Amino acid sequence: MSDEQIYWLVKALIILGVFGITLLIATYSTLAERKVAGFLQDRLGPDRAGPFGIWQPLADAVKMFFKEEFIPSHANKWLFIAGPCLAMLTALMASAVIPFGDSFNVGGQNINVQGIEINIGILYIFGLVSLGVYGVMIGGWASNNKFSLLGAIRAASQNISYELAMGLSIIAILMMSGTLSLREIANQQHGFHWNVWSQPLGFVIFLVCAFAECNRTPFDLPECETELIGGYHTEYSSMKLGFYLFAEYINMFVSSAVMATLYFGGFNYPGMDTVHQALVSALGEVTGQNLATAVGILVLFSKILFGIFFFMWVRWTVPRFRYDQLMNLGWKALIPLAMFNIVTTGISILYDIPYLNALVIVAVIVVFVVQGSMVGKKQTRPQNY
Amino acid sequence: MKLTNRTKVLEKREMTLAERAYLPAILQGLGITIKHFFRKKATIRYPEEQRPLSPVFRGLHILKRDDQGRERCTACGLCAVACPAEAITMVADERKKGEETLYREEKYAAVYEINMLRCIFCGLCEEACPKEAIFLQKDTMAPAFFQRDEVIYGKDRLVEPVKTKGIAELPGIKKQVAPYETTSNRQLRLEK
Repeated sequence: MSDEQIYWLVKALIILGVFGITLLIATYSTLAERKVAGFLQDRLGPDRAGPFGIWQPLADAVKMFFKEEFIPSHANKWLFIAGPCLAMLTALMASAVIPFGDSFNVGGQNINVQGIEINIGILYIFGLVSLGVYGVMIGGWASNNKFSLLGAIRAASQNISYELAMGLSIIAILMMSGTLSLREIANQQHGFHWNVWSQPLGFVIFLVCAFAECNRTPFDLPECETELIGGYHTEYSSMKLGFYLFAEYINMFVSSAVMATLYFGGFNYPGMDTVHQALVSALGEVTGQNLATAVGILVLFSKILFGIFFFMWVRWTVPRFRYDQLMNLGWKALIPLAMFNIVTTGISILYDIPYLNALVIVAVIVVFVVQGSMVGKKQTRPQNY
Repeated sequence: MKLTNRTKVLEKREMTLAERAYLPAILQGLGITIKHFFRKKATIRYPEEQRPLSPVFRGLHILKRDDQGRERCTACGLCAVACPAEAITMVADERKKGEETLYREEKYAAVYEINMLRCIFCGLCEEACPKEAIFLQKDTMAPAFFQRDEVIYGKDRLVEPVKTKGIAELPGIKKQVAPYETTSNRQLRLEK
């Protein structure tokens, strides 16, 4: 086989692997969600299907497939079908540009563990995230149902509002790294120089926006049962509904992966050079490098899995926001904060103060504590009369 | 007028900056929920684990045999009279020659039926029985039903199974388990 053939073969395997793992993790997220919900509420969660309930996702899928495939008579049939397809498509496409690992050495050439390396990776992801709104919007509109439409409108306006703050929070990262390529950004965080240390505020803004973009609690207003029945997927049944729910979990996986890449160093971990050298000296240049890359992939996946767990953890902690609170938070809190973050980042670059943003956060925390102690704790006193 | 000294007045004041920022409260909440993550679970996985039953638990009925493997019930009908739910019916019959190993007294219950949907498991039948024949078991519950005809328990499901060990000395007792009748097949037999 020529070098080029080997390259494409390995690349195809990597793409297949990324695709399969994305689907697998999304599948088991549905189980993990219910397990985590159970554990946080002092229950056990589903444990009947197989040991610890590991066949539960299969059982759910079978159930979904056997349900009635219902299309409302007044619905726009093509768009009704296109909605969930689009949601699924955009969700799956995003993991193509995420660097899952350093590089494998096969047949004397280094092959990146990444679907495709493009120098505007982060823009590509943002484009797909904005496209994801269409899946929800088309589905809600095509259902020809007031509640679905309202849910879809909510989802669209929420996603557009939080995309702004998300984009602004990323700009600070881009200013620091000077590149749009996700691989470049990951490589710059070599070892323990993770972006979260220099961009804590940006990270918090990004995190909150990621919750809103994934339509997760506390921002799951598009499917607010008490107000909108099921929201945009009220009229959906069978696997079309399954696609919408599944797309949500894939989005969760992708946003955890992006978060890990942008702020938690992607496949980098403290002491990676020592591990790399030890493996190379023990097993030779090629095997050593490949194994070190594999370790990096595992590290990235553990970060991603923790991210997904965090999504679930928050879901069972924080109740849903009201719609005006959601909009106030997005426009009046997060966007100004993101702007402020850009300014402080600019100052830190201009005057070469590397951890200015972290210092600002520490200062804010100190102010909070001092102000809190001056006002005094909220107290209850016995009634005297 | 106040009844207790436990009333408390909440002092209202402006929220501190940290309280208004909302994030510290969320972190506190996350701490509370993660504590529950590691706490002992309240769930009892039913078929594998079971809650201990009360020592006076009244479960599924059983018609006892005596120490020689003979049915104790003489079909006196006191249980049926005592039953507040009218769940018990029975048909008495006379013991024939050669059935002495099956029934303790000259009269026995040819049909003995308990409707488990009517039964309230009060245990009055057990108290009424002069022959110590019917008991509510301490460890067995009436199962769920899937068919209507499963609801009525006849002698086939009520009489204590013959213990193979203690009664092995008595010859032929295992083969001589009476062919139990239900109300319906008794009707059929009598019509013939």
